[in-house]
Amino acid sequence: MTRHLPWIGRRLLLGAAQTAAVVLLVLLLTEALPGDAAVALAGDQPDPERIARIRAALGLDRPLAERLTDRLAALLHGDLGTSLVSGRPVAGLLGGALGPTALLAAATLALLVPLSVGIGVACARREGGRLDRALSALTLAVHSVPEFALGVLLATAFGLWLGWLPPTAVGVDPLAAPAVLVLPVLVLAARPVCTLSRLVRAGTAEALASPYVAQAVLYGVGGTRVRWTHALPGALAPAAQQLARTCDWLLGGVIVVEALFVVPGLGTVTVDAVAARDLPVLQGAAVVFGTVTVLVNLGADLVARRLAPRSEVAA
Amino acid sequence: MTSTGSHPGHRLLLARTRRRLLLVTAALALTAGCATGPGPADDRAAAEGPRRGGTLRAAFAGGGTAETLDPHAANLFVDAARAKALYDKLADFGDDLAPVPRLAARWEPNRTLDTWRITLREAAFHDGRPVTAADVLYSYRRIADPAGTFRAKASLEPIDLAASRALDPATVEFRLKRPYAEFPNVLAAFGTSIVPAGTTDFDRPVGSGPFRFASFTPGTSLAVTRNDAYWDGAPHLDRVEFVIASEESARASALLAGQVQYAHELDPATARTHERGDRVRIVRLPGSSMQGFVMKTDRPPFDDRRVRQAFQLIADRRELVDGALSGAGEIGNDLFGKGYKYYASGIPQRTRDLDRARALLKAAGHEHLKVTLDTAPAATGFVEAAGIFKEQAAEAGVTVEVRVGNKDTYWKDILDGGTFASYRSGAMPIESHLSQRLLTGSTTNATHWRHPDFDALYREAQSTRDERRRTALYERMQRRLHDEGGFLIWGFSDWIVGTAPGLRGVDPEAPANTLDWARFDKTWLT
Repeated sequence: MTRHLPWIGRRLLLGAAQTAAVVLLVLLLTEALPGDAAVALAGDQPDPERIARIRAALGLDRPLAERLTDRLAALLHGDLGTSLVSGRPVAGLLGGALGPTALLAAATLALLVPLSVGIGVACARREGGRLDRALSALTLAVHSVPEFALGVLLATAFGLWLGWLPPTAVGVDPLAAPAVLVLPVLVLAARPVCTLSRLVRAGTAEALASPYVAQAVLYGVGGTRVRWTHALPGALAPAAQQLARTCDWLLGGVIVVEALFVVPGLGTVTVDAVAARDLPVLQGAAVVFGTVTVLVNLGADLVARRLAPRSEVAA
Repeated sequence: MTSTGSHPGHRLLLARTRRRLLLVTAALALTAGCATGPGPADDRAAAEGPRRGGTLRAAFAGGGTAETLDPHAANLFVDAARAKALYDKLADFGDDLAPVPRLAARWEPNRTLDTWRITLREAAFHDGRPVTAADVLYSYRRIADPAGTFRAKASLEPIDLAASRALDPATVEFRLKRPYAEFPNVLAAFGTSIVPAGTTDFDRPVGSGPFRFASFTPGTSLAVTRNDAYWDGAPHLDRVEFVIASEESARASALLAGQVQYAHELDPATARTHERGDRVRIVRLPGSSMQGFVMKTDRPPFDDRRVRQAFQLIADRRELVDGALSGAGEIGNDLFGKGYKYYASGIPQRTRDLDRARALLKAAGHEHLKVTLDTAPAATGFVEAAGIFKEQAAEAGVTVEVRVGNKDTYWKDILDGGTFASYRSGAMPIESHLSQRLLTGSTTNATHWRHPDFDALYREAQSTRDERRRTALYERMQRRLHDEGGFLIWGFSDWIVGTAPGLRGVDPEAPANTLDWARFDKTWLT
């Protein structure tokens, strides 16, 4: 591990710079959207005088450069600021929303990783066999169903027809009643399981056909051991990076799932903040998303370096 | 004073997926079961009278980070419903949008209608303090603070608050800047709840309403419990939880699965699917939302009244209601407030007449007219209605180009931009519609209707004590608007609420934002 340290340091620095760039980009893009928080807040009562007063009260009448510098300076001191709309601290707001989203993401990963490795290896065992064909067809089919459709379908089937699970998490604390998370997790995991298991399957099958595995088999290593300890690790390097990309996707995919199942998480907060042009909240969300993405990708690259040491992994 | 509710940001979170979701709604339909509508059993239950106890969960679309328990900062329907549970206003609107006394037991104007004496009823805040004239003045001054940005500030503009005073703890004297016969409308205006004098912090709100504060998580839920000392009788329910579900499909599934007993704002498709089933009851609150288009009466081609009339004759109102509102509503007659007090119901319904429309356009020199119609997914049915009207106009030889704008800034964009745009309005008294939108000095005059003689009619009505004469003046104003106004009002949509079969006491006639809408102190669970 120690030999990775300088590399990790470089990557962390790069990551911090990337996060800063993301934050700045998000702020600029939001500024580029038509209208500001004052207009959004005035809604269907767009009395120009009232909009001007709201703008003054929120400090939106100051020049863009000044507001951006102030906000970024505060950010460097660890101050995420307060929401323009509600006046509540952004840190508290995001903190509250982070819990449900993190729980969703963790539960999804806990389901996703073993399931996709299992399916992938099972398929690779008899490439082109009946099991492989059936599972491949199934994963292809599931992959082509968009989240919202799958979500409504599952909510209808399990929540309303069978009555086994709550169809929404409305008004429930997901930490206190984890049953409300079952359907959202299934929906979130459904498509990544398909892509990941296909990657694992392809990698494992390729490795199983390689000379070094043939050698291991010649030496009398058992089939199960060959599959899990010789072939699989080689297949996991690309899968780990796909998994990291899945994590990025999870952060975005939760927007649909959170809305469908009424989970009050980061996705919901972000969508609301965009609609309200609530820049401090968006900035905070960008920091969180940026940091998580950088760390997850760093982790994946580390895993890839360990599993396939020869390949130099690009940032 | 407008009932907003359609805070533009929070309506169509997944707008692009909505159409496809409708397909899936069809799947939900299967859960509705066969038609065994509410029958005699319900009437029996109703005859037994209200039952005490129980917790009601009510789902509303929410505002996420924007949510607040400050009743003066209310913007969304859920804000208004929560404010109603925790607080009272001096008055509120009845089903016909006429003001009904609430904390004000009665009101009495002077001869010139510019000083009003309000007598408060005996009521107490949740901490036991009585509601006094000082609380009323504090609340109104807080809303009207010159530096403030509260929505109701415009409604309170007619009051000279510096000259208004408390005559005794139970009597407030409001001095007005001008005669205002319809002043009680102000007392009922959106966002004018009475808070205890000196309140600045609303983290643990103390009001005089039927329920006391229990707990609040912004973006998730507010829990309130029964106020046994409520002046209008203690509520039947022990507890109400206002929960947030911004997606319509989520509100519908939560209701069907029994997670909530009241779901505010359902789609017409959902309503049709479940109307005949016995799993939920569908309540259609009529007259809740006016639907139409606005024409800028000071810009070509709409500065010519013949063009405006032609457009009003082009509209096939039934087709618009059926297409854009899925039939959930009734047709309009280019006048605001169908069914409300002072509505000029004697004016004949305008119907489609393409020949006359063509003749009018020809006379105006616009035989091959091209106009741009601004719209945005800022409210349900906007984009659909624009598409339908485009087809209807084509039959009269008018080319309508539909321009879909940004939903978050839509209302500001169309106030002074463009010439022709989609428009909606929540329920408010006809007088408020006139004063906010149709006078020279109105702040949201989207039709740019500025006529000194029309202003004079309005002022005359407000200086007229006799209600019959005032009614006649309102009728004259409405005739004028019907003849040459810039509003093309093609319909009024129902506001659709779903309730659990066991929830009783939901008023089926109260338009959104009136007194009996989302009024949970009069409901009970069987």
